[in-house]
Amino acid sequence: MTVELGHFALALALGLAVAQFVVPLWGALRGDARLMSVASGAATGQFVFVALAFGALVEAHAASDFSVRNVYENSHTLKPLIYKITGVWGSHEGSMLLWILILALFGAMVARGARGGEAIRSVALSLQGALGAAFIAFVLATSDPFQRLWPAPREGQDLNPLLQDPGLAIHPPLLYLGYVGFSVAFSFAGAALILGRFDAAWTRAVRPWALLAWTFLTLGIAMGSYWAYYTLGWGGFWFWDPVENASLMPWLAGTAFLHSAIVMEKREALKVWTVFLAILAFSLSLLGTFLVRSGVLTSVHAFAEDPRRGVFILAIEAFFIGGAFALFALRAPALKQGAIFAPLSREGFLVANNVLLFAACVTVVVGTLYPLVLQATTGQKITVGAPYFNTLVGALFAGVCLLLPFGHQLAWKRGDLLGVTQRLAVVALAAVAAALVLGAAHGFAPATSVIAAGLAIFVALGAFLEIGRRAFGGGFSPALVIARTRGLPLAAWAAFFAHLGFGIGLLGVAATGWGDEAIVSLRAGDTAHVGPYALHMAAFDTRKGANFTADVVRFDVSEGGRAVATVSPARRHYPVRNMDVAQAGIVTLGLGQVYVSVGAPDASGIPVRAFWKPLVTLIWIGGLVAAFGGALGFAGTLSKRRARKVFAAAPLPQAAE
Amino acid sequence: MTRKGRRAALVAGMVALAGSGVGVTLYALSGSVEFFMGPSEAMARGMPVGRPMRLGGLVETGSVTHAKDGTLDFKVTDGKAAVPVSFKGIPPDLFREGQGVVVEGAMGGAGTFRASIVLAKHDERYMPKDVADALKKQGRWNDGAAAPAAAIPAASPKP
Repeated sequence: MTVELGHFALALALGLAVAQFVVPLWGALRGDARLMSVASGAATGQFVFVALAFGALVEAHAASDFSVRNVYENSHTLKPLIYKITGVWGSHEGSMLLWILILALFGAMVARGARGGEAIRSVALSLQGALGAAFIAFVLATSDPFQRLWPAPREGQDLNPLLQDPGLAIHPPLLYLGYVGFSVAFSFAGAALILGRFDAAWTRAVRPWALLAWTFLTLGIAMGSYWAYYTLGWGGFWFWDPVENASLMPWLAGTAFLHSAIVMEKREALKVWTVFLAILAFSLSLLGTFLVRSGVLTSVHAFAEDPRRGVFILAIEAFFIGGAFALFALRAPALKQGAIFAPLSREGFLVANNVLLFAACVTVVVGTLYPLVLQATTGQKITVGAPYFNTLVGALFAGVCLLLPFGHQLAWKRGDLLGVTQRLAVVALAAVAAALVLGAAHGFAPATSVIAAGLAIFVALGAFLEIGRRAFGGGFSPALVIARTRGLPLAAWAAFFAHLGFGIGLLGVAATGWGDEAIVSLRAGDTAHVGPYALHMAAFDTRKGANFTADVVRFDVSEGGRAVATVSPARRHYPVRNMDVAQAGIVTLGLGQVYVSVGAPDASGIPVRAFWKPLVTLIWIGGLVAAFGGALGFAGTLSKRRARKVFAAAPLPQAAE
Repeated sequence: MTRKGRRAALVAGMVALAGSGVGVTLYALSGSVEFFMGPSEAMARGMPVGRPMRLGGLVETGSVTHAKDGTLDFKVTDGKAAVPVSFKGIPPDLFREGQGVVVEGAMGGAGTFRASIVLAKHDERYMPKDVADALKKQGRWNDGAAAPAAAIPAASPKP
């Protein structure tokens, strides 16, 4: 019964979404405030009904109601409750419902709290309603999670064991909060184009939403990368897999948007470009959804899919992306261009940042879509290898790293490049020295690792220099430093943590070139060596989980004869799907990790693949730090008034943010 | 420089930048495109030594041998041709004789394909798309096994 109620609630949500789309838009075009005011109520109602539908599905999963096909295909009575719940979004249908839930959540939040004026908000909500209506219709028509089975089977087929993992519990919701969060910027951009109103106030209204989306997307990507790292057993953290690229593309566009929006807010320049990026970021999110959900791609994530879904999603996206860019082409020329500025200024460097990030974004899009285009046109099946992405994106990001500390130190309008260079010279020297020390410790090959490490440290130290300059700029007396530090707006701390996190993460990426790997076949009592560590195969054990059995191999890890840790990789067997899943054993030593995975025993012993990965945890620590910066930025947009008051009390040499 | 001249220079600069960007991108693409082929197709087209590519088919029954140093040797076949493959590492969990695989790597000098990654059919529903396509192409696709939905009772009309 709950399931039918859920189904019905989703249908009601569709009706509300259609109303939310049509009525306020009509009201805005006729200038009727009463019609426009329908938007808020409809958005809240849509969220409530989608939440009811989602709750009904969660209930069916938690109660193992196998008369629901979606539960039967993805659950099992013995599965732990936490995976029964997170398994809701382990299937295509459930994850689309989660997508819609988050879209509706953002709609309801915009209805309650968005700035920017009644007209803009109503039209933006109307566009959000259009998105909601299209995707709810998609779910109801092709991916109905509430379909019943008769007679109801006694037992379910269990969830793919790879997805029974805490990583899956949080990765998709975070990623979707990021993806879908950019829909607010998209809708606001559409509203600005329709109403022809686009100014600094628009940017102030959109920035909190974009920061929120960016923060979640950063967390989601970092989480996903760690999940792939420990689950897939190859020790890699990024595979340039199309599904990963699908999350990277909106991240790059969104990062560019956040930076160009600053220029737009401060200097009223880059208007057309900023609105373009706002549309692009969510368009790429939609493209990502299509790539992941249509099954057209060769991917480690790809599920066998129903081709009708691909066509339906493609039609939705052609409509929204095409419509948005058509609107952009029609209305953007009417936007008044803002100030012209000197290239050697903060805004000049932010333009360079945008050019580089946009180029990186295009690079990833081309590399991801080229195989699809080629297969559609010639039938030839190809994949684009990692060297393409590494070379091009690497080169572009080297440029980003070189320019970032300069841009961050420069003043608005006309900066003093010579003074900035003098200040940064110390930082640059320190970065070179640190890179040489790391190179001496881990080897100067590959050279790209040493160079990338130097660039990463340059960025991180540059972030410290900027915040330090603003704290100590008035002299070194403790009282003054404390007063100035407290007076710094949250936006300054946001930039500090975001850039610091970027540098830290990049250092972790650079360090992947170092380290060691051993592939051997071992018997009990044998020892393998990886980097400075010796791995002694000590004991075997069998463990029983709720719905699996595991063969665990224990290794004693020692360094120079001294025991430092044990690590226990395992092979799990899930009887329901008759599937074996390797569980890597990972132990963190300092900032590095020893990573061991074992294969199925054969005649010559147990195949063992062991890695030593120095500094590897920095990749994800950096992601967390950067996301913390994004969260601070979001908080800063909320308490702008307070920040401004403090700011006025203790004036800084430049009113820069 | 006049305003017009500056604009012209700007446009020329941007065109040059975009052009060189496209050029570099195409160059990088041409260097890292990996073709996907089955054994027969690969034999017919030829596999240049050292050129990264992907090979898909079934693991030939009786061809798998494990060496003491952790090297795994097997043959990938599509029933008409077979390519010997050598892989150093741990094969995926469902790597078995007679199963579909995709191997990524390049031909080595001795006529053996040196694989850097082996992807296998994970279970009925979770597998690399190329494996599924390769199996379909070779007529070894079992729809019943591939779509468990077909094996379960049909959905009832909505109550």
